[in-house]
Amino acid sequence: MTDTKTPLLDINDLHVHFETNSDKDVHAVRGIHMHIEKGETVAVVGESGSGKSQVMMSAMGLLADNGWVEGSVKYNGAEILGLSKRKLNSYRGSKMTMIFQEPMTSLDPLYTIGRQICEPLRVHQKMDKKRAMARALELLELVGIPEPKKRLKSYPHEMSGGQRQRVMIAMALANDPDLLIADEPTTALDVTIQAQILQLLADLQKKLGMAILFITHDLNIVRRFADRVYVMKTGEVVEEGNTAEIFDNPSHDYTRMLLSAEPEGTKEAPDTGAPVLLEGKGVNVTFNITSGLFGSQTHTLRAVNNVDIRLHQGQTIGIVGESGSGKSTLGRALLRLTDISGEVLLDGVDMSEIAGDAMREQRKRLQLVFQDPFGSLSPRMMVGQIITEGLLVHHPELSAKERDLRAIEALEEVQLDPSMRNRYPHEFSGGQRQRIAIARAMVLKPRIVVLDEPTSALDRSVQKQIVDLLRDLQEKNNLSYLFISHDLTVVRAMSDYVMVMKQGVIVEEGLTEQIFDAPTELYTKQLMAAAFDLEPISA
Amino acid sequence: MLRYVFKRLLTAIPTLFIIVTLSFFLIRVAPGGPFDLERPLDPKVMENLNKIYNLDKSLLEQYFIYMNNVLHGNLGPSFFFRDFTVAEMFGNGLPISVEIGGYALLMAIIVGGALGVWAALKQNQLPDYSVMTVATMGITIPNFVVAPILTLIFGVMLGWLPVGGWNNGAWENKVLPIITLGLPQVAVVARLTRGAMIEALRSHHIRTARANGLPGWMVVVVHALRGALLPVVSYAGPAAAALLTGSVVIETVFGIPGVGRYFVQGALNRDYPLVMGTVIVIAVFIMVFNLIVDLLYAWLDPRVRYD
Repeated sequence: MTDTKTPLLDINDLHVHFETNSDKDVHAVRGIHMHIEKGETVAVVGESGSGKSQVMMSAMGLLADNGWVEGSVKYNGAEILGLSKRKLNSYRGSKMTMIFQEPMTSLDPLYTIGRQICEPLRVHQKMDKKRAMARALELLELVGIPEPKKRLKSYPHEMSGGQRQRVMIAMALANDPDLLIADEPTTALDVTIQAQILQLLADLQKKLGMAILFITHDLNIVRRFADRVYVMKTGEVVEEGNTAEIFDNPSHDYTRMLLSAEPEGTKEAPDTGAPVLLEGKGVNVTFNITSGLFGSQTHTLRAVNNVDIRLHQGQTIGIVGESGSGKSTLGRALLRLTDISGEVLLDGVDMSEIAGDAMREQRKRLQLVFQDPFGSLSPRMMVGQIITEGLLVHHPELSAKERDLRAIEALEEVQLDPSMRNRYPHEFSGGQRQRIAIARAMVLKPRIVVLDEPTSALDRSVQKQIVDLLRDLQEKNNLSYLFISHDLTVVRAMSDYVMVMKQGVIVEEGLTEQIFDAPTELYTKQLMAAAFDLEPISA
Repeated sequence: MLRYVFKRLLTAIPTLFIIVTLSFFLIRVAPGGPFDLERPLDPKVMENLNKIYNLDKSLLEQYFIYMNNVLHGNLGPSFFFRDFTVAEMFGNGLPISVEIGGYALLMAIIVGGALGVWAALKQNQLPDYSVMTVATMGITIPNFVVAPILTLIFGVMLGWLPVGGWNNGAWENKVLPIITLGLPQVAVVARLTRGAMIEALRSHHIRTARANGLPGWMVVVVHALRGALLPVVSYAGPAAAALLTGSVVIETVFGIPGVGRYFVQGALNRDYPLVMGTVIVIAVFIMVFNLIVDLLYAWLDPRVRYD
């Protein structure tokens, strides 16, 4: 760079290493160069494991204890790498601040919001309690928290994820920083909340003029937000440039791969004559919430409210909605994994009248794949055992050898190397684990599979592979899917019919293209706008 | 809050009732009676004794008589220490046990807590390893071994402290019992604090506090320690109940007139009122400290606050 002025943040030849239990150290960041000018918006994009977060963690002195760093990070020309904690504390929290991916856990659960916002003010500006509180109130107003005065006295657990992220932003802005580092700030949030938070950051930047550095895997954010982009892969910057250039004319293969990583294609609806496999009529799920001295005062939460649904053979119904909309509960209700009122018919027979062995016989036809590929596989069982566990129940007549053959078959079906069946889940990546979870469902030769956010915890490029896999399996085995997701891009690629759910009620339903191209309900329109509106919002 | 405390105290009554009833009949299952000596008493004397203490009545009658007395605050006479009532014995001994136990508890929390925090901050370094080694020793070496060793060193060899006796509560006589009683607790609290602290230091909100440039002591004390105290508090409640009601080993080794010995002596001598008195005292202590733990918990953690 031939700039005469010093950049706000100048990173040169930065290396980050981590010591691990094995002999090999992990070289997470491999000599990268990066610079951020005053008032600029820069994005660092990459998939998980690319080292994108570690760059900024080392600048902020927040590396894990087993990590160490080499190179140079200059703030306004002054070296900040290797400063003592005390000296570094005069930068972080006042000139450079950071917000994180996990709004739910990033605030201290034991202190009020007000007190936590006051802390950086009292420490860096030596404000007294009263002035700090007044400023905290101002900040809460700035980030658009309703009833800010009351909220000062609230605890984090009394607020939603979106509100907590707003509080984090308020905290980060407390001392008018020059640079705000946002590490995946919206990843854990619902789409409409995501859009609100991004809009808020854009507005605040316009008002306050700080530089923002986004660390993200979400290309939508980059496209709408950033002036410049760094693309990182396995610890190196493989491409950098202006956002428009990179999007229009990517030069590196990896960037092209990222850009084309959005799941594509659509699914044809099955023939109109396809039989109805699963039908829900007036399905209700209610939870009684008890509270009070003797657990007596109750109120009822209607998680699923009078839903009718018909799943045909070979069909994929996408159920979309934000967290708390009741979409997962609906999936469980249709599998009769929760108490319901209303009817669920399987092949025209009321499932409440099937019991005992007959029910067990039906269960294997109904399978479920969960969101969390890390939590849903037992860490103490080998993959082969995990996959064939269901066979023990449903096909006790199979010998160990036959079960093993089924496991091999299932692993081949999900395109994993069958020789891996003697390994444990922790040796696999997130995408591979989700394949294992799918194999576990497929080994029982189901007809209906409920997929509860199966791709949400995965990188985009891996998502695409899983979506392709699920579509292949469906075609080959004539499966019916109930695809539950908040991710509209994936839903569009997977489903031929879409139901939009909000607060337990289906607000709109129809063929996929109809819902995506011409939504009629306001809520559906909001969802679409939040997910697909590509207009740059920082303009 | 007050409603919660009231409710908890209310539910304590049936619990206490069940405990007392069960113990009353359980101790009677044990063979022998309070006046069975090696050389049997004259039958006439025995009959008189039984009559005085209502032991000639049916068990159920005895139970109702005892319950009636307890409800009127009368724990009955001791069968073995014949000049004293059970209430008198606890009146004399309990303050002594509570004092020794209280200091031991205080020592456990302050010293153990500080060591635990230090070890957590220096995780996998020399201080951590040394604290944890000593703590493991503190837990595994029983106090009837520690007590004589300490007496030998400080009482006999150095001659700084008396080797035993109460001496009307002179401070020199309290030092060794308190330390002996407190050491294993110091060790447990240190281990608990270390574990909780390491977890707390890794949590996301600590990262936030560091990113906000808060000074190190504030990150550790204000944000990490308060959360790390929760498991320690859970442990300290029952531990306090056990410490404050006296330790038979410590009291025997150092010759301290506390109440810790009464359970063993009462049970061996079939001194039914004394055993029952001990059960009631310990049960009340445990219930009170559990309540205190829950209140402390709620004070420390707003997520579990009541109402």
